[in-house]
Amino acid sequence: MAVDVATGLKTGGAGRGARAVRLSTADRITLTVMVVVPTAVVGVFIWFPTVASILLSFTNWDGIGGVGTAHWIGTRNYHEIATIYPPFWPAVEHNAIWLAFLTVVATPFGLFLAYQLDKNIRGTRIYQSIFFLPVVLSLAIIGFIWQLIYSPTEGLINNLTGNASSTHVIDWLGNPKLNLWAVLVAVGWRHAGYIMVLYLAGLKAIDPSLREAAAIDGAGEWHAFRTVVFPALRPINIVIVVVTVIEALRAFDIVYIINNGRNGLELLSVLVTDNIIGEASRIGYGSAIAVILIVISIVPIIVFVWNSFQERDV
Amino acid sequence: MTAEAVATGARARAKRKRMAMPRVALHGFLLVTAILWLAPVGWALFTSFRPYSDTQAHGYVSIPHTLSISNYRHAWSQGQIPQHFWNSMIIAIPAIAIILLFASMIGFVVSRFSFWFNVPLLIFFMAANLLPQQVIITPLYELYLRINLPTWISGSGLLYDSYLGLIVVNVAFQTGFCAFVLSNYMKTIPSSLSEAARVDGAGVARQFFGIILPLCKPALAALATLEFTWIYNDFLWAVVLMSSGDKRPITSSLLNLQGQYFTDNNLISAAAILVALPTILVYALLQRQFISGLTLGANKG
Repeated sequence: MAVDVATGLKTGGAGRGARAVRLSTADRITLTVMVVVPTAVVGVFIWFPTVASILLSFTNWDGIGGVGTAHWIGTRNYHEIATIYPPFWPAVEHNAIWLAFLTVVATPFGLFLAYQLDKNIRGTRIYQSIFFLPVVLSLAIIGFIWQLIYSPTEGLINNLTGNASSTHVIDWLGNPKLNLWAVLVAVGWRHAGYIMVLYLAGLKAIDPSLREAAAIDGAGEWHAFRTVVFPALRPINIVIVVVTVIEALRAFDIVYIINNGRNGLELLSVLVTDNIIGEASRIGYGSAIAVILIVISIVPIIVFVWNSFQERDV
Repeated sequence: MTAEAVATGARARAKRKRMAMPRVALHGFLLVTAILWLAPVGWALFTSFRPYSDTQAHGYVSIPHTLSISNYRHAWSQGQIPQHFWNSMIIAIPAIAIILLFASMIGFVVSRFSFWFNVPLLIFFMAANLLPQQVIITPLYELYLRINLPTWISGSGLLYDSYLGLIVVNVAFQTGFCAFVLSNYMKTIPSSLSEAARVDGAGVARQFFGIILPLCKPALAALATLEFTWIYNDFLWAVVLMSSGDKRPITSSLLNLQGQYFTDNNLISAAAILVALPTILVYALLQRQFISGLTLGANKG
């Protein structure tokens, strides 16, 4: 079999035993453009800023003068964030609660809905459409809509419970002890539908005979789920874990719409944004928090990439 | 019939009987959950049709005495909603076209040729899509302030505060997901097809535009539906990368709308419904494409 190393043309099969054919000059130029243009855009506007975030986090640049005015200050930004920057630890805590809530409540609920709707029950398509509806709404709109429900005197909840006109009105979004949980309910409302759809696709891919075998063995439903269905969902489980972690790190829109992410709703993403367009802008602080986000998100990204290349025979 | 078979039959019958009750419970559970699920949107819809005076007189949780579309009319004009819708379209439509072109080019190269850089290239694109947006926003903001554009492209003379700037960031951020989905999709297209074309003397460009792209129509439709929703729903980019309120796309403009409507919940709910309507319509009409796009990404083709 003749293989021309100067070209990479695939012929026959899915890449295995590929015979290469020489590419014409025109074809080479076309292929080069096809690769270089998108790569340049993503390189300049995503990867260059990512690297710049890391570098800037070690400088005292204020963003006003040229980058040349920046001085290397080592890890001082990190040290200051952890010691004298008040919103930092609350933001870390809120992001952690966010992730825990999605993992322990919203994701399992999505899986539960998917599992139930996967049984051939009447109206399953309608239920699926209803549960998926919040997923097409932006988190900014969700913040808008849920304010109508949580509003202290005009909201649905307080009016239904008769609290709206009492002397101690519950301020769901204003009380810093409550508002994170109130927001998480709204976020879970959307997240569960998203997870449901992903799991429904995963469940459809499971060989029905597996489940039948478990049923014939007299396995109870919970037992069959735990020992047969859930393990078979492994590939989708990894995707779900990645989606959940990334969503928890990205969380921003809904708290920013509700109160600009203050007073109990601080998140790492909000602190980054505040250090650019907020009243106290410090490029170094914003970048250092961004680097913390990179460090956390690199784990699910590697898991996802590794997982998807494991299953392909590239 | 052996005793064993009889026993199995009896057990199965008993099991079916046991299953009958949970079915009713399941339907009850699903029905209640579905009602609760629709309640937030239903509540916004209900409030949006009630005049402010009506809710002031009778409270929000009450039987409406009058219903009208006046909130919609006010929200529409006061919030400059047509302008913001238009801004969203100016950004989303070119962005989607470029994303799909870029992503199909990458998918094509990765799936039809075996270059040494195929896997690193795909990782380069995929990982870009998984980063939290805030990771890049600070340098991006500074970069946008330093890229000059002719004023006929951007009124500000900069990439900052321009439609082009938002198109570019959406393209850069979203191409990775689509490239991933399309490369998987294109792998399922038999290579004999492009081979035959090559024998006929078709160059790479002809193979791409003439053979592979047309075959990818279902995947492209699914991705276009999904990307429309995502770009339309995006909030952060314009909040940080645009300073002129009247240029912001609709989702980001919600930030100003909130101030303008003050505390008129009826107006807020009308605006919420108006802004949500396009994505709900897209979902209602193209549900299959929407879901297949999502699961295509998650199930790796």
